[in-house]
Amino acid sequence: MLAYTLKRLLAGIITVWFIATATFIAMHNVPGDPLMNDKAVTAEIRKNLERKYGLDKPVTEQYFIFMKNMLSGDFGISFTQQNRQVNDIIRDHFPVSATLGVLAIIFAAAGGILWGALTAIYRNRLPDIIIMFLVILGISVPGFVFAALGQLLLVNINSLVGYSMIPVAGWGTFMHMIMPALVLGLGTMALLTRLMRSSMLEVVNEDYIKTAKAKGLSPTRIFFRHQLRNAILPVITVLGPQIAAITTGGFVVELVFAIPGLGRYFVQAVQQLDYTVIMGTTVFYGAFLVLMVIIVDILYGFVDPRVRLQ
Amino acid sequence: MRTPLKQLIALFLLSLANATVLSAEFETTAVDYDNQEITIALTQEPPQLNGMKATDQVSIMVLGHVMEGLVGYDRRGNVVPGVAERWEIDDKGATFWLRKDARWSNGDPVIADDFVFAWQNTLKPETASEYAFILYPLKNGEAINQGKMKPEDLAVRAIDDYTLKIEFERPTGYFIKLTAFTSYYPVQRKFFESKSDRYGADADDLLYNGPFRIKDWVHSASLHMVKNEHYWNKDAISLNAINAEYITADTRSRLNLFIDGKIVLTRLDGETYKDALTQKFRIRRFTTGSVFFLEYNHRPERITRNVNLRKAIQHVFDADEMVNKVLATPGNLPGKSLFPVWLGGVNDKFRKEYKAPEATIDIALGKKYLEQARQELGIDKFPPLVLLVSDSPTAAKQAEYMQGLLKARLDLDIKIDIQTFKQRLAKMTAGEFDIVGAGWGPDFDDVMTFGDLFASWNLNNRGRYSNPEYDKWVRVAMNSADPQVRMDAMGQLQQILFDEAVILPQYEQGVIYLLHPKVSGVARRVVGPDPDFSHARVIK
Repeated sequence: MLAYTLKRLLAGIITVWFIATATFIAMHNVPGDPLMNDKAVTAEIRKNLERKYGLDKPVTEQYFIFMKNMLSGDFGISFTQQNRQVNDIIRDHFPVSATLGVLAIIFAAAGGILWGALTAIYRNRLPDIIIMFLVILGISVPGFVFAALGQLLLVNINSLVGYSMIPVAGWGTFMHMIMPALVLGLGTMALLTRLMRSSMLEVVNEDYIKTAKAKGLSPTRIFFRHQLRNAILPVITVLGPQIAAITTGGFVVELVFAIPGLGRYFVQAVQQLDYTVIMGTTVFYGAFLVLMVIIVDILYGFVDPRVRLQ
Repeated sequence: MRTPLKQLIALFLLSLANATVLSAEFETTAVDYDNQEITIALTQEPPQLNGMKATDQVSIMVLGHVMEGLVGYDRRGNVVPGVAERWEIDDKGATFWLRKDARWSNGDPVIADDFVFAWQNTLKPETASEYAFILYPLKNGEAINQGKMKPEDLAVRAIDDYTLKIEFERPTGYFIKLTAFTSYYPVQRKFFESKSDRYGADADDLLYNGPFRIKDWVHSASLHMVKNEHYWNKDAISLNAINAEYITADTRSRLNLFIDGKIVLTRLDGETYKDALTQKFRIRRFTTGSVFFLEYNHRPERITRNVNLRKAIQHVFDADEMVNKVLATPGNLPGKSLFPVWLGGVNDKFRKEYKAPEATIDIALGKKYLEQARQELGIDKFPPLVLLVSDSPTAAKQAEYMQGLLKARLDLDIKIDIQTFKQRLAKMTAGEFDIVGAGWGPDFDDVMTFGDLFASWNLNNRGRYSNPEYDKWVRVAMNSADPQVRMDAMGQLQQILFDEAVILPQYEQGVIYLLHPKVSGVARRVVGPDPDFSHARVIK
């Protein structure tokens, strides 16, 4: 188990290095000039800006400087917020995205497993058809539509009850998090429902289920101990990357609900060619995704004993 | 060994521990009459509150509430005393006498040296301030900014703690208006040096001398301003707090917050305008002072250098149609000139004293000019012209309108090149366009902020228009403090811009917005911090 974990970790580090290098190359080849703004600046000021951000050096040298700094955990100063460290930006804003992401994933996983199991039980009957219709809706409608609709719903609820029962936007209390988390988790929940449903249907025909039935176990016991536990494996597989996707992909939700998360910085940095923030957030998110995959791999060993043996 | 992964894990754990820092109390409403507090939304996180380097609207708006320059503006946009009690200005320079009761938020007096220090620092090349040029009227300012002189050589001296003496590089008739600008705010030397790179990064990394101070600032989440007890004129300030509780660029989200009674002001766009109408809100208008125009590429290798081609387009374009049918939101004015209608002239508005020449809309005449251009250029058929625009929905709509118009009326083909903000700027600077959708917002309240835009030496003249006659009149205006001489020169510039069809003015930008009915005294400004809540109050 230890060798297995170490091997995964090493692969993870190489992956992160690769992400960093690929992003670095891509970023420097995106057209546009990071130091250019509405007001044109004199050649002298331009030179000073280039010196400040190390852009006066050849790109290969910039790459090695960046790698060296990254290894010591320093991503430098933001181009747009010229007195904030990229590390500070990640430290201040990732917890917000993470909190929201965790809530969303709890909602998505609980819902996905529940609805998925339900559709499998009622296969091809009315509840199955209704839920699967909603699932297709959840997968195909983009997040910003749900975000706008969700917010509008809150406005209407509040005007109906006559006071601000649930905040329309902002961040701070649990009440602020409910709607954004629901909206953010919706797509994942739909995905998990489908996955859970097909996985449940596969398991139902397995020999061990027949054996369990033959032994005379109660249907509830068969459902929870044998069917659900086996069917949940594929769900756990996608859960890792989904956690990473949810905690990083909240740009629209963060914008609509005025949430101070890292997703906004991630997207805006690319739009504004903020080199240091692009590198910092991409490497951070990349590492986070890799970490999630590793954790899932290790968790697999606990849920499915066969994995441990390999 | 410290691996990056370990670092990241540590960072992650640390950040979770910090999560509580980002929570704040939230049961606020748009207005609080008893406490005289209002809640607002910012459209973006202020990139930085270092007044020497700030360039964006939001930073300038926040700084306008927490800082004060030598002078300020009243509700109607007239200059009123600020830190300076009185002043004398002539062709050679200016002297300001500072009030003795102006204080920083730590209780220290605001002294003349605070201005000397701030201005030297802004001009230092190492500061790399994008607005350094606005201090060029100060003697030696430009030379310092180009690294040819030392910051100490700036001809601005503190005679004593309360007397500031300034020498000009050249006569600057509008100098008093400049001193209200963000880049002219004071900075305390001692405080700045104790903060260095962190200056303006957080609430306690700034020293305030304006009507408000920042109590706390949670990045991207909220920014709370409270009345500054050390402000010399605090009795004239009604509001106790301005709470920016939301930060989002999403106009629909802000409209929802307004409907829910959470914020006092929000700007509308084409989409949210319709929703606001159905809600029966009173919709207010305001002209931002910015002018939008099509700028031609005047570089030698471009066919848009041909004046008759430009005149052909001038004679088929209808600014009224642009404003009413394409932009289609209230508040915009048809563009007739580079100089917007609000600019002051000698005694009245500039545009009343110097009427903007207008081209007749005459398709036949346009075609005649086009034929002339074709012969001069010695070509059979015009190649498609590249129209460079930014990637906003409105810009795309306007570009498509121009494309359709020029095809229908002149049979000219337009190739629209939509680019992101930074890439558009890069292409503009490199000259990779025939026509570019551009705009200009005023930096200070004087015709010069528009007039010198097409001087051959101006770096913002990205079409590289170069005309000795134009340069001559800009110099005339620059070297005189006599309003009549200056305005006459600007009148000449307006005529040249028209005769040579240097640009195609399209519209003067207007915005529409909603304001809470219980808030009064909010000032909207063409120049300076906008919106300005300094003298606002909550009414019953």
